[in-house]
Amino acid sequence: MNRLLKISNSVLTFLIFFSLLLASCRSGGKGEKKDADSLVVSGADATVYEDIKQAEKIFYTLPSPLESAMLIKSAGALFEDNLLNPIENTKNYSTNKSMALNLGIYTCDLSFASLYDQTQLIINYMNAAKKMADGLGILDAISEEDIDKLEANIHNTDVIMDIVSQTYLNSNSYLEENSQPAIAAIVLAGGWLEGLYISTQLVDMKDFDGNKLVGRIIDQKLSVDILIRLLESNAGHPAVDELINEVKRVKVVFDKITLTTSPVRPEYDQTTNVTVLKSEVTSDLSPEVFQELSVLVAEIRSNLIK
Amino acid sequence: MKIVKIATALILLVFAAGLNADGQCKAFAKRTCLPELGFYTHDGNYHATVLSEGEEAELYKTFFSDMEYRLSVCGDENLPPVQFTVIDANNNILFSSKESNNTKTWDFKLQSSQQLRIVLKVSSSGQQGGTPVQGCVAIMFGFKIKP
Repeated sequence: MNRLLKISNSVLTFLIFFSLLLASCRSGGKGEKKDADSLVVSGADATVYEDIKQAEKIFYTLPSPLESAMLIKSAGALFEDNLLNPIENTKNYSTNKSMALNLGIYTCDLSFASLYDQTQLIINYMNAAKKMADGLGILDAISEEDIDKLEANIHNTDVIMDIVSQTYLNSNSYLEENSQPAIAAIVLAGGWLEGLYISTQLVDMKDFDGNKLVGRIIDQKLSVDILIRLLESNAGHPAVDELINEVKRVKVVFDKITLTTSPVRPEYDQTTNVTVLKSEVTSDLSPEVFQELSVLVAEIRSNLIK
Repeated sequence: MKIVKIATALILLVFAAGLNADGQCKAFAKRTCLPELGFYTHDGNYHATVLSEGEEAELYKTFFSDMEYRLSVCGDENLPPVQFTVIDANNNILFSSKESNNTKTWDFKLQSSQQLRIVLKVSSSGQQGGTPVQGCVAIMFGFKIKP
């Protein structure tokens, strides 16, 4: 009997050790593996490339809601509260898909309101984002302390931006680390589409040529492929598959824009310790293609906030 | 009955071990990587994973011409240095931390918006045999409007 007990203890020890080994492998390799890009490189870069072989994890990252809002503001656009998703709509969102999309959308609206010092809207939209995060079961993404801190610093844009950044980080890290990458991808997609919606709506067609905001919208052509790859890495999830089809419609319009970039030349500025990536870019977005993009994004977004 | 108990304990143990490893990365990223952003505003995105020595991760992101960015890369203290390389859409290397004393941050701005690829690699310790060291690796971005 004692011998039998010893054997079963040994088996148990082995099983625990083996399971822990498996668990650690899962943590390390949770991302997809991919073959290294085929590279033809010569000269000084070759030695650096020698080390680049195969990625264990691939991140596709989009401009965050805060970054999108900052791009809109830096382009000189004015604030329009009628473009935001009304907070009364929160009661309509009960599925994981709608809550995830609108967590991204409300966070983008919150970021937009934050940068334009819309004090009451900031609190309202933080609460709307909290409802979405709570509905998705994201623990402590936005705590009551965050709301209190927001209210106490409502006129301090830097503190507000920090809080928005932290709460967004809490949401997407929770989803990533609790095996919900598809939901995390939907949140990011919602935020990106809302940023694109707000910027396209803010363009004054009478001031189309040379409009800085139009330039920022053209730049999103660079992100649409990343978004599709992010969503496709979570394909098979029904909500993600639906979104892929919608985003591919947006890509069809972006593909009508030709972007030509000259080779990038890094130049290090010793006085500021900042490297400047120098390159020239030309693009050919016509008002007609812009209108097509604007109408399509508005149509997709109206379905997302229903 | 005893087998059921053991199996349950085992499943819980595996689950807890997995969560623990991941949860450590979130705390690690916030504690170690975030402060490196200094006066730059963190964009709010989260990119962290567990890597072993010699392993790589890569990241694709669009950077905009209106912004000035700080890229911050951190690895667990038990890991060998984590190197990063920034590559443009034509596969040209724009920056390599290996050639800059294994710096953990890089400040840059762009004349025109670009999609860039960042490759992270945990160096090899060079020790033969044994289990490779494993730990969290995170990459974060801060931004500010160009002065």
